[in-house]
Amino acid sequence: MSILSHTAGARPSTGQRAERVRRPALRPTVALSALVLLLALAWALAPGLFTGYSPTASSTEALQSPSAAHWFGTDATGRDVFARVVHGASHSITAALIAVAVGLVVGTTIGAIAGTVGGAVEETLMRGVDVLLAIPGLLLSLSVVILLGFGTTNAAIAVGITSIATFARLSRSRVIAVRQSEYVEAAFGSGGTLPSILWRHILPNSAAPVTALAALQLGSAILQISTLGFLGYGAPPPTPEWGLLIAEGRDYVATAWWLTLLPGLVVAAVVLSTNRLSTALGKGEQA
Amino acid sequence: MHYLLRRIGGAALVLSLAFIVAYVMLTALPGDAVMARYGNPDLGLSAAELAQIRTAYGADRPALLQFLDTVASFLRGDLGYSVQTGAAVSTLLAAALPSTLALALLGLLVAVTVAVVIAVAATHGGLRHLGATRALRSTLRGLPSLMVSLPVFWIGIVLLQVFSFRLGLVPVLNASPLQSLILPVLTLAIPIAAPLAQVLIRSIDEVSAEPFVAVTRARGASTRWLLTRSVARNATLPALTMAGLLFGELVGGAVVTETVFGRMGVGLVTAQAVAARDTPVLMAVVVLSAVVFVVINLVVDLLYPVLDPRLRSTTAAPARREAVAA
Repeated sequence: MSILSHTAGARPSTGQRAERVRRPALRPTVALSALVLLLALAWALAPGLFTGYSPTASSTEALQSPSAAHWFGTDATGRDVFARVVHGASHSITAALIAVAVGLVVGTTIGAIAGTVGGAVEETLMRGVDVLLAIPGLLLSLSVVILLGFGTTNAAIAVGITSIATFARLSRSRVIAVRQSEYVEAAFGSGGTLPSILWRHILPNSAAPVTALAALQLGSAILQISTLGFLGYGAPPPTPEWGLLIAEGRDYVATAWWLTLLPGLVVAAVVLSTNRLSTALGKGEQA
Repeated sequence: MHYLLRRIGGAALVLSLAFIVAYVMLTALPGDAVMARYGNPDLGLSAAELAQIRTAYGADRPALLQFLDTVASFLRGDLGYSVQTGAAVSTLLAAALPSTLALALLGLLVAVTVAVVIAVAATHGGLRHLGATRALRSTLRGLPSLMVSLPVFWIGIVLLQVFSFRLGLVPVLNASPLQSLILPVLTLAIPIAAPLAQVLIRSIDEVSAEPFVAVTRARGASTRWLLTRSVARNATLPALTMAGLLFGELVGGAVVTETVFGRMGVGLVTAQAVAARDTPVLMAVVVLSAVVFVVINLVVDLLYPVLDPRLRSTTAAPARREAVAA
């Protein structure tokens, strides 16, 4: 009985939700953000379509200011900076995706188990999460980097570990909220086992805010990975990683402004877009 | 009293666990600090000499004994020795701390000022209706999310580029201590001001929608009176819970800022320690910042009921709100 009345009540509300989701998506800033992200993704997947220059071989004279031939100018060894930014997208975005995947998978698993099992298990897991939060993010990722060694993948894992706690807390609170709902009770009542209910009911219904958080974390992961790259703990020098790119331009700050300013603007635009999309996702799914 | 003891116990537990995590990551797992420093074949040390060094550092004893030893020495204030330079980590950090403290405190001050100015301006009632000021209002509201999206190291480089090299306002060479602080403080302040402004804007909005604000307004209170007497006190409380988070941002920001500007300080020491894989230094920095973080959160937790009378007893809150609304 309660299942019937619940689904009947839920139908009009899903129709409403679809309407509300569409509205923020039409806003110009959201559309622009989506465009920026799609462009960055296209850079990452097919950099050759956007630039004819090589990211690592010098193509012309060194330290030329931006022009029609070299949109972002050239660096100290004559490499085209725009080509380096375009090719760097794959490094930075892949690394950010790895980081979010680590945080999402580990964090959500911890949170889901803690929220479903409860009791001493929950207490232990959430204490562990508190510990991750007690160490400032950058120091935690530096500790992981020192342990695993330098490199893009290691930096990505290090950044991912810092986001485990946020994912765990959010998914735990969502799981607890969903667990108390009637349809989960009904599923237990009709003989469902804990793992199957967790998989079929609790996780899908906790997914919306977690997705919004994942989008937010993607932007912050790009920032943190570029910070590690800037500090020199990410990819080794010839790699066109965004943070490293800006670090290399630092020595020419007095003469060649384009080496740092333009790649930085690209990073900022991408991060800003992920943040904007995450807000739109969060709002749309809340409604 | 019971509440107090439970909070302190919880804080102590998290702190001990954080110490264990830091120890496992930075002392136990990397293996042997002695081998990392002396194991290089170029140094030409024989196996017997290496064993002697290991005994001298106590690296040949059982793991648990070494752990307890580290706990005891940290409690005594002995933070170990830098693998790279051989100096005591405590001396190293003590020498670097004053400059970082100056940077962090000034940065925090500027950040709080900037955040309050942005939040008050963005939520100001007078800006809501006119066309031109509405644009200004939405710009101000968008500003924090822009500030969050900028890489800190890039902010530092751009500030250096604009103010030192283009405009020549802040000298790079032969700068006085105060002049050399200007750009690092600004760099550090921006990423800290941003989340603070976001929380302030949100909580001012929430408080402004409360019935008691409408009542006060109906009684003839001016916008300024409302802001300073009614809204500000209620809206700053959520910002207080961010203290721990902001401390983490300050630490991370200090590492990056000090690296960009080449300022000697705890942050630069940390960055150099990572580059040289100097685990004892990083271990000390991690443990000390975990201590500060846990203490800050404990203080905030304990202060919160003092500052917000509604939290002292759970039954009092609805009664009070009804009384105000009536």
